[in-house]
Amino acid sequence: MMPAATRFAGRWVFAVLVVAALLAWPLFVEDQFYQRVGALVMLAALSASAWNLVGGYAGQISIGHVLFFGCGAYASLLGFTWFEWAPILGAPFGIALSLLLALVVGGPTLRLKGHYFSMATIALAELARIIVTNAPVLGGAVGVSGPAMPRSVLDLSFISPLPYYYIFGTVLAVLLLFTWWMNRSRMGFYLRAIRGQERAARSLGVPAQRYKMYAYLVSAGFTSVAGSLYAAMLGFVDPDSGFGILLSVKMVIAAALGGAGTLFGPLVGAAILVPLEEITNAMFGGGGTGITYVVYGAIIVFISRFAPGGLAEILSRFQAWRARRAG
Amino acid sequence: MILAQVVLNGFLVGAVYALFSSGLTLIWGMMNVVNFAHGDFVMIAMYVAFIAFTALHLGPELFVPLAAMALFLLGVLVYYGLVRHVMRGPMLAQILGTFGLALVLRYATLWIFSANFLSLPENLLGEVQTFAGLRLEPSRVVAGLAALALTIGLHMLLTRTALGSRLLAVAEDRSAAMLVGIRPDPMQALAWGLGAACTGVAGALIALFFYISPMVGESLALIAFVVVCLGGFGSVPGALVAGLTIGVIESLTSFWIGPAFKDVVVFILFLAVLWFRPQGLLGKA
Repeated sequence: MMPAATRFAGRWVFAVLVVAALLAWPLFVEDQFYQRVGALVMLAALSASAWNLVGGYAGQISIGHVLFFGCGAYASLLGFTWFEWAPILGAPFGIALSLLLALVVGGPTLRLKGHYFSMATIALAELARIIVTNAPVLGGAVGVSGPAMPRSVLDLSFISPLPYYYIFGTVLAVLLLFTWWMNRSRMGFYLRAIRGQERAARSLGVPAQRYKMYAYLVSAGFTSVAGSLYAAMLGFVDPDSGFGILLSVKMVIAAALGGAGTLFGPLVGAAILVPLEEITNAMFGGGGTGITYVVYGAIIVFISRFAPGGLAEILSRFQAWRARRAG
Repeated sequence: MILAQVVLNGFLVGAVYALFSSGLTLIWGMMNVVNFAHGDFVMIAMYVAFIAFTALHLGPELFVPLAAMALFLLGVLVYYGLVRHVMRGPMLAQILGTFGLALVLRYATLWIFSANFLSLPENLLGEVQTFAGLRLEPSRVVAGLAALALTIGLHMLLTRTALGSRLLAVAEDRSAAMLVGIRPDPMQALAWGLGAACTGVAGALIALFFYISPMVGESLALIAFVVVCLGGFGSVPGALVAGLTIGVIESLTSFWIGPAFKDVVVFILFLAVLWFRPQGLLGKA
């Protein structure tokens, strides 16, 4: 057993090494495919980390977070379609819309418990999807596209995936810093109390409803940013890629796999799931055959079957095994 | 008159919704596990019916029980192979496990059968009859009435038989049930079997008048979630009332506003009920 001080220093060294590796790795990876996968990992980590504030720290399992993702994605591309704005200029409007929506629907929805909350969030996201699909002014079932040719650097239209990697990574870093700060502040204690036993927390004077709402608002804002950045990168969004239920579930799965309610859990989960999806996709070909998702689904089933607690469980089992071996 | 027709059609479809939602509510109420693959179970049953009809030339009187048995086995298998282990973990693990299962079922079907829409012959059960000005499609009428009877049958099984009492005892309090000599594991496996068998019958019945595609499960699952929430978790009578209501509302919305908006009204109603009456229509406070 190391002394506490060494362990503390060790953790900082480790953290610095990880950040350095994250900053530098795209420079060593020549292959554009893997650079793209890296960018997508950052994006998935961003939305999963945003979800983590509500679903992980506050313990309110939202399966409709795609509502805010879609608002962000559509705001940035509709800004272009309607007014020829650079996609990223729509992002603040996406955030504003998401916050407004979160404020309006969050009040009654956050009062719901357990599965009821999850189901209400699904219904909200599906409502948005159906409405957008049937509103020609919002692009309808076809969706909306961004600028075909980049007009200035503001369009955020790059051939190389690397700029996206760093942009997504920067926003993710901001979010993780906030999460880290929040977790040590009063709010972190309140949210943990709410997750543990909301009724007990309330009886001790924790303003549960208000703090759940704070977490929901911040989470909605960041999810919306993720959506806007995604739309700027792809230059296209349709009802399924903006508001599809699969996206909501992917946020949940990434966080659950890496560890919900931990700082780096969603990043770790995304770093496993996204390459898994992209590589199976490349190996077995999209082409509508569906074999990608069979493999992807099977691996998720496998993980939940043998390690329902996610990677944290695997890690603690590994440590227990090492401790036993060390005797 | 046309309104009566619309309500009747909605009622008949609603009965089928009630049947497969009863399966979900049974599982959900008994062990607080949400089965995200429930809609895909219905989809699998539709394909079982289709294969039984086209390859084995079985009529509905045989392929419906066949689908029920196949799905019963699938349910028991899923319980012992996956759910029993997933229940050890947090609620998130259930989402991971059952959603992964949904992906596997959905996309394996897509891989094998492609995304083409399939359907059974339209007048498998005979020609359309007219009665008192109402157009009666035999497939819909049979499906609706059979589903209604089976949902009521499931309720009877749970409330009037010793087996049902044992199932409910495990649902009520697992340890107390063990104390009086009920082993929870077989009971929970049975609940999964029964729940899946409900989707088996419902799927085979829907296949009589609905298109068959690998993606049909997603929208059916959402309907089942809404029905179960409205009816209250674990309540079969609740699911029956909610299922019929949803069927009629969908039908009326399609008629008055347009088919694309039928789910909009259903979801808005669902949210309104959740926001103002969170314990469900028939649930206990």
